[in-house]
Amino acid sequence: MRNAEKYTHVSYLEHEGKYKGIWSWLLSTDHKKIGLLYLYSIAFFFVVAAILGLLLRLELIAPGPTIMDAQMYNGVFTLHGIIMVFIVVIPGLGAVFGNFFLPIMIGAKDVAFPRLNLLSWYIFIIGALLGVASQFAGDGPPDTGWTFYVPYSAESATNVIFALTAAFVLGFSSILTGINFIVTIHRMRAPGMGWFKMPLFPWSLYATAWIQVLATPIVGITLLMVIAERTLNIGFFDPALGGDPLLFQHLFWIYSHPAVYIMILPAMGVVTEIFPTFSQKPVFGYGAIVISSLAIAFVGYFVWGHHMFTTGISYWSRWFFSFLTFIVAIPSAIKVFNWISTMYGGSIDLKPPLLYAISFIFLFMIGGFTGLTLGALATNVHLHDTSFVVAHFHYIIFGGMGFAFFAGIHYWYPKMYGRMYNIKLANIAWGVLFTGFNLLYFPLFIIGLQGMPRRYFDYLPQFHAGHFISTIGAIILVIGIFMMMYNLIYYRHRGPVAPSNPWKGVTLEWQIESPPTHENFDVIPEIKNPPYLFKKEPQT
Amino acid sequence: MDEHKPHISSYLSHARVLTALLFLTLITVLLTWIDLGVFTIAVTLLVASVKATIVLTWFMHLKFESAFTRWIVIGTFALFVLILIVTFVDYFFR
Repeated sequence: MRNAEKYTHVSYLEHEGKYKGIWSWLLSTDHKKIGLLYLYSIAFFFVVAAILGLLLRLELIAPGPTIMDAQMYNGVFTLHGIIMVFIVVIPGLGAVFGNFFLPIMIGAKDVAFPRLNLLSWYIFIIGALLGVASQFAGDGPPDTGWTFYVPYSAESATNVIFALTAAFVLGFSSILTGINFIVTIHRMRAPGMGWFKMPLFPWSLYATAWIQVLATPIVGITLLMVIAERTLNIGFFDPALGGDPLLFQHLFWIYSHPAVYIMILPAMGVVTEIFPTFSQKPVFGYGAIVISSLAIAFVGYFVWGHHMFTTGISYWSRWFFSFLTFIVAIPSAIKVFNWISTMYGGSIDLKPPLLYAISFIFLFMIGGFTGLTLGALATNVHLHDTSFVVAHFHYIIFGGMGFAFFAGIHYWYPKMYGRMYNIKLANIAWGVLFTGFNLLYFPLFIIGLQGMPRRYFDYLPQFHAGHFISTIGAIILVIGIFMMMYNLIYYRHRGPVAPSNPWKGVTLEWQIESPPTHENFDVIPEIKNPPYLFKKEPQT
Repeated sequence: MDEHKPHISSYLSHARVLTALLFLTLITVLLTWIDLGVFTIAVTLLVASVKATIVLTWFMHLKFESAFTRWIVIGTFALFVLILIVTFVDYFFR
């Protein structure tokens, strides 16, 4: 009840509903509490998978076996991938900040289906636990990698079915959240909030939700087909049974490439909120950002084949997918120009959220440009399945989604908890994190160009320097992550009380109390202005 | 914003949907006995699409929804068709 002594209002954290204690969380249909349930569970799994990642790097600190054998290495990188991709990165931003802030930013009291929202979290937890259980139950940890490629995943003697089921169940959670967000945005915007008066983070969630709803069922069915092949011997993918192994890759990437946009679009939405606030300037090119989000969501459906250039797909397919891969870079580049133009001439306030957001641009650009290198047919042949791909992927996903998540948590923390973290410590943690990140992943570009394969437990001595620097970077990165988490956890109760609008933001979440009340608004606001008018008045 | 008008389907309408679905399922089964060559997948997907359309239109009341909702479903279906075409470009030209 510490907050009650400090605030004149009863926040959602103190709200006394039907249930008490832990049940007030586990049975809550309040979108803010569900957002926090996602935050805590995703943070837990992030730490687990980060430790697994560190173990992988420690194994690679020197040639030959160091801390684990080859089979264990395969199991560890598989679990690292499954947890990070399916449990942390895909749901991450949407489930945490989307749940917490979408209704507030559109002037609603909750999402359209609050009970379905809670059910989504329970399904998410069941899927996550199944994923972890796959390591300990049955015939040993799955060793297929997170992509579950056939024919190996259909034949591996390890516990693949558990892991497939986990990914299948997690997909349900994603679909339900997507449906909830689409209906919420269509039906529950405040009076006066037309589509083009909606802030850009909800817009990014809207584009993402459509991908979640339309693409996730495809991977769900595909994973079931692998289970059917393993258990019933049905020949979907096995050529000996009349199947086609490339069909799996098509079906898998029809979902899993758009899934990259499920990860990155909300990240783009978060930083699009941060740049105007910390520049005290309207966002540059609102319409262009909206259209580019929708364009990324649409074109992103048709680039999956760039994961398959070396598999023997047809010439025309390779041409088509390579061309569209270059096309999808255009809306991403439009956003980057808009963010930079938003800061140009603005009153820049270099606080931790902006530091992370600017890092996002820097790292995402490196990831994006190296993506074009991989999207070009000729260079792809040389770089396919090398550590160059690992570096590219992590620059996009960790440098993009991860840093945007850190930007988001530092931006909205005072609103979520009504307390402020230690800004100086946050700045130092950012510096350590940013340094560690680049030391970890940049050497992988170089040794990848030199021919270091990915997912290899051992390597030739010529790659030692790169791996050594990378492992040192991993240790620095983990130190940075723990500094950041310490800061956020320690000051959750001990930090100074945050004002309702510490960053001088103008979107709706900054017009209500910190932390928000149970129903967000006493009276549903009437929207009169576009969302980013800094020099005139707030949106209501 | 809410343009929805309540509508209750008759049992007869549900019975017709059921009959149509059973009939089309029978056709799907019968198709497995006929060798249509490269058209096999296209024909079976066509039958499945007709079944889906019947379910969406009458059983899921799309017929009574707003034009906007109908266009969303049509757009989704178009996306599905495009994805299929792109996938089969690989198979036909490999």
